[in-house]
Amino acid sequence: MTEPLVRPQAKNPLRRTRLPLSPQGVRSRTAHGLTAAAAQGRFALQVCLDCNTVIYPPRDACPSCLSARIPFRDVDRGGTLIAETTVQASTDPYFRERTPWRVGTVRLDAGPIVVAHLHGDTVEGARVRLELKLDKSGSAVAIALPEKDTENMADDPHLREMTCDPKFRRVLITDGRTPVGQAMAGAFADAGASIVFVGLADAWKPLPELDRLRKIERVEIVPLDLTDTESVTEQAEQNGARIDIVVNTAEHVRAGGVVDRHGLTIAREEIDVRYLGLIRLAQAFGPILRARGADGVNSAAAFVNLLSVHALMNWPAYGSYCATEAACLSAAQCMRAELRPGGVKVLNVFFGPLETEWFQTVPPPKVTPTALAQAVVRALRQGLEDAFVGDVAEDVRQRLAVNPKALEREMAS
Amino acid sequence: MSGSINLLSFAQAVAAGDIRVIDLTQTLSQEFPTIVLPPELGQCAPFRIEEVSRYDARGPAWYWNNISLGEHTGTHFDAPIHWISGKDLPNNAVDTIEVAKFIAPACVIDCSRECAANPDFALTVPFVEQWEARHGAIEPGSWVLLRTDWSKRSYADYAGLRNDGAHTPGPEPAVVKWLVEQRDVHGFGTETIGTDFGQGHHFNPPYPAHFYMHGKGRFGLQCLTNLDLLPPKGAVIIAAPLKIKQGSGSPLRVLALVAGAAPATRHPRA
Repeated sequence: MTEPLVRPQAKNPLRRTRLPLSPQGVRSRTAHGLTAAAAQGRFALQVCLDCNTVIYPPRDACPSCLSARIPFRDVDRGGTLIAETTVQASTDPYFRERTPWRVGTVRLDAGPIVVAHLHGDTVEGARVRLELKLDKSGSAVAIALPEKDTENMADDPHLREMTCDPKFRRVLITDGRTPVGQAMAGAFADAGASIVFVGLADAWKPLPELDRLRKIERVEIVPLDLTDTESVTEQAEQNGARIDIVVNTAEHVRAGGVVDRHGLTIAREEIDVRYLGLIRLAQAFGPILRARGADGVNSAAAFVNLLSVHALMNWPAYGSYCATEAACLSAAQCMRAELRPGGVKVLNVFFGPLETEWFQTVPPPKVTPTALAQAVVRALRQGLEDAFVGDVAEDVRQRLAVNPKALEREMAS
Repeated sequence: MSGSINLLSFAQAVAAGDIRVIDLTQTLSQEFPTIVLPPELGQCAPFRIEEVSRYDARGPAWYWNNISLGEHTGTHFDAPIHWISGKDLPNNAVDTIEVAKFIAPACVIDCSRECAANPDFALTVPFVEQWEARHGAIEPGSWVLLRTDWSKRSYADYAGLRNDGAHTPGPEPAVVKWLVEQRDVHGFGTETIGTDFGQGHHFNPPYPAHFYMHGKGRFGLQCLTNLDLLPPKGAVIIAAPLKIKQGSGSPLRVLALVAGAAPATRHPRA
């Protein structure tokens, strides 16, 4: 079993905050096939279409038959830890701060032998599960986990470097007025977050669910209006240095296309709440998150975007909304590059229609706010960058990969 | 007549404080409540401010902001074109209203005591008649300003939103019609978020202050403050909206001129 994490003590405000460092993160274009799999929590290696050899490390030709037809495919992650060693000294600044560090070789049942980081509960000679994770540099690495879950296994320091587990972290839910925001507050409290800040705009407007929200353990309601730059800035000044995960729950869902709408009022609101709201959050919270990427057990860990899967392909019935979601997706990609030096992940969670008021007329399947919130917590615990929640999101992802043009036509019908 | 008016002495009286200038305007701030409509309808934009530069790399020697807001955000003026009943009147928009109309006397009807415990207080003809019995008839061409002390409330109480909508004081239909037809008023002004009763959508006609006032080319002022500093009669209101092309209304600075220097001689409650 893993030594359980101890709730971090209050930080000495006079102590220097150490700057985040990253392990070496350069990968070949081909090797980013592993990054793509790790970002979604899949275990994929190259598989030769001609001789079925499973290939590791990534190559441009099959080492067995020289075929160039070697796409990444999901493969069995089971294997045996055949040898391990512990690095006691390193010249790499990132690892110097983290030694001793166990590494080992895992013989996969699928064939290849992989050099991997080792979870503390793995034992030489025993069965392991290999996972691909994004390390602090944002690149894929392999880590061997014990075959079966062990107690407190998420608290393993090596693993926690690669995940964004909310346990003992402080979370900001940016909008507590939405059902998703409220579900998110509950999910993060349940996940062991030490404070769940919940933003509330326009305190003069009633919120029937406010009492219920206040009763959730460790929830603190804070004033926050994503359409007001000053409000976002003030919240970051007030609490930014003790927020480790930001979950942007602001939404603006209205039906209507780009042609079939009268005027720009709604479009401006969409852009203001969603796109500009994201930029305001990014400018106010981004720099302090990035600076606190190595700030102990409750280091800054993630910025979570909740995005319609139709950011990836427009759904004309909600076309203008989708266009704004696409803008947010693009901004999120930029944020990834900007926050990566701090080791802070940007998690994009894609979903189809929600079981909420503004999707009232849309038939199922729909994603409930609770399911979405649980999926966000799960994705953070896994350390993902992209998660697809629900049947519609998964369907769009798959169809997009096969034939985007067909999907474009299908969304219009 | 013109010979007897000395604007220089007027200006000197203002400068000397013999004519007091009272600001009836709420500060434009992001937090101040803006009217709320059902979410599927178009909404009035709240006030927002974005710093362009502040003696920094974005503009080294100067500070300025870009602002955004609706025509009906903060303390604002309603032009007749705002309402469907006034849509076809001549000179009905803020850019075409005769500018002399931006200066007019005011009658201040104090119902703050009646409203204090009753946000559903509705102004009636008998209430105004009682006011007239004490202060004299409302002269034609006067603003009628409803003092409710609503501007002193917390924002939540100010907006008065409950499960069944807003609960704020305002006029019932008969009194608005009467003020327009029997008293030929200039317009109607309130401290609340709109000129109408909070539950005014249930009246017949709905939103009578808008319907009757604008239908007869009269004006509206709302989100006023400091009405408690005005006498029942005798104040002159300067309320000039921005010259927005075909504007339905406009945020503005509303000033009241009140004769008499001594703030200690505040008028007794009516």
